[in-house]
Amino acid sequence: MLRPEEYFEPLDPAEKNEEYIAMESKSFARDTWERFCANKRAVAGLILLAVIAVIAFAGPLLSPYPYDGMDTSIANQGPSLAHWFGTDKMGRDEFTRVLYGARISLMIGFVATAANMVIGIIYGGIAGYVGGVADNIMVRVMDVVQSIPAMIYMILIMLMLGSNVYSVMIGICVNGWINMARIVRGEVRTLKEREFATAAFVLGASRKRILFKYLMVNAVGPIIVTATLMVPQAIFNEAFLSFIGIGISAPQASLGTLAQDAKMMISKYPMLMVYPVLVICLVIFALNFVGEGLEEALNPKGRD
Amino acid sequence: MLKYIGKRLLFGIVSLFALIVIVFFLTRFMPGNPFNYENINQSVRDELLSHYGLDRPVLEQLGVYLNNLLHGDLGISYKKAGMTVNELIRTEAPYTLRLGVISYVISLVLGVFLGIRMAVTSRESVRGGLMAFTVMGISIPNYVLALLLMLVFGVMLKLVPVVGLGTWKHYILPVASLTVYPLAQISKLVRSSYTEAMQQDYVTMAKAKGIAGRRIVLVHILKNAMIPVITASGPIIAFLVTGSFVVEEIFTIPGIGREFVDAVSNRDYTVIMGLTIFLGITLMICNLAADILCVLVDPRIKLEE
Repeated sequence: MLRPEEYFEPLDPAEKNEEYIAMESKSFARDTWERFCANKRAVAGLILLAVIAVIAFAGPLLSPYPYDGMDTSIANQGPSLAHWFGTDKMGRDEFTRVLYGARISLMIGFVATAANMVIGIIYGGIAGYVGGVADNIMVRVMDVVQSIPAMIYMILIMLMLGSNVYSVMIGICVNGWINMARIVRGEVRTLKEREFATAAFVLGASRKRILFKYLMVNAVGPIIVTATLMVPQAIFNEAFLSFIGIGISAPQASLGTLAQDAKMMISKYPMLMVYPVLVICLVIFALNFVGEGLEEALNPKGRD
Repeated sequence: MLKYIGKRLLFGIVSLFALIVIVFFLTRFMPGNPFNYENINQSVRDELLSHYGLDRPVLEQLGVYLNNLLHGDLGISYKKAGMTVNELIRTEAPYTLRLGVISYVISLVLGVFLGIRMAVTSRESVRGGLMAFTVMGISIPNYVLALLLMLVFGVMLKLVPVVGLGTWKHYILPVASLTVYPLAQISKLVRSSYTEAMQQDYVTMAKAKGIAGRRIVLVHILKNAMIPVITASGPIIAFLVTGSFVVEEIFTIPGIGREFVDAVSNRDYTVIMGLTIFLGITLMICNLAADILCVLVDPRIKLEE
């Protein structure tokens, strides 16, 4: 017969801390950020992107020249102290125009991506969550839209709505959302079978709440990665449209318009081509590196 | 298998029909019409509109167009006098096709080779260099690449001609501009699928049986590593099609892409629609062929899915 004081055996003080959790408790955002910072290329990309964005948005305000100020007496000049990148055939300051172009390109990239993200999340979320016949039809619709290269739709939309920033954005949105929708649909389809979704359902949460409050939050990683990679795609598409002459037209300038202008005089003034093309490349590289870094940081398999 | 092909064909026809209707209405709602010349008066314009049937109700126009399409007639160009769209495609398609096929074959052969090198090499410098190439190849827009190549090799170094398609030298830059992206894409895919295939049990088994190294690579690994490459063919061919728009424009080459861009700026409805439908059909056939090829290479893929 045990005496009451023998019911419990005191733990050896040496063993006391054996189960101690030495790992610091981190929030999801902080963990992602730290893992992102460990990737040098991604950080370099982010810094480069931030620098370009700051210069592009603040630069035109500080520049003494307006982007469309023409002065034919100083046309086609080479780089100088007054005009860092020289001037174009109308005597417009190329440096200001490149900054202005980068601003438009970045703006289109981010706004179009945000719109695609919203459409894709809602469409893909509903298709994945509802399932059945509705899902089948929604997937078929995506297949039909995607069976034709996006560029053809974009060109037609541009012609219908005219050449301006808004129609470029709408054109990019015609099938830019499909990738996002497919990713979200896939995520939601697996997540909705998980216990926490069942638990939420049993507790009487509405379908809308389950979908957007519980399932989407868990799909945030793939969503962010897909969105980051959509931005360079959008910038690329805008520049492509402007380059073939139906995107943003002069005196406004995007990077594609500048490249198009420079192409006509490539044999005489090749440097005019180098600036916009270089900025496009830098922006796209930077965004791709950031996307790659995020992909690694958000992938739970890489967590140690 | 036949059932699968039939199903895919049916689906292809439905999407093609949707595409035709969408493109038809988009072109009809575009501002301006093809006869918006300053120097003709209203009666001539009306005459032209009724000649081409553009004054009739839109739905009737759609009906007429679909009917003609079923007879293989894509209509007459509004801008190039007397030129039918069929004729246009017949004369221009060979150029685009030739460029596309050359680029595709080069990127496939070279891509598989580079992909395998990346997967098997033990030298970090080789792997790093090739990886950097694939990242750059995927991120750099094709028209930027075309312009850079033109600038460096055509304008600055004057090594190759930059206009037209006369001799084999004329092909170098356009083909290079079209090849880099698919090449990077394919070598990246081959690298990862090859690495994965090398770790499979059947490869260990083949090695244990003493099968020659070359045979293991070609028959056992490569066959399985090629599946993602075949699946990626669809998007790559789509890339070559849209790539032809700029590459033909930049290097002043005749072809479907250039005609499309021209038709767009001329508002030549029938040519826009005809070329869109032509490109749509081409892409669908390519995608179907890729899917069938996939099943032939890997019978594990379920057709019903």
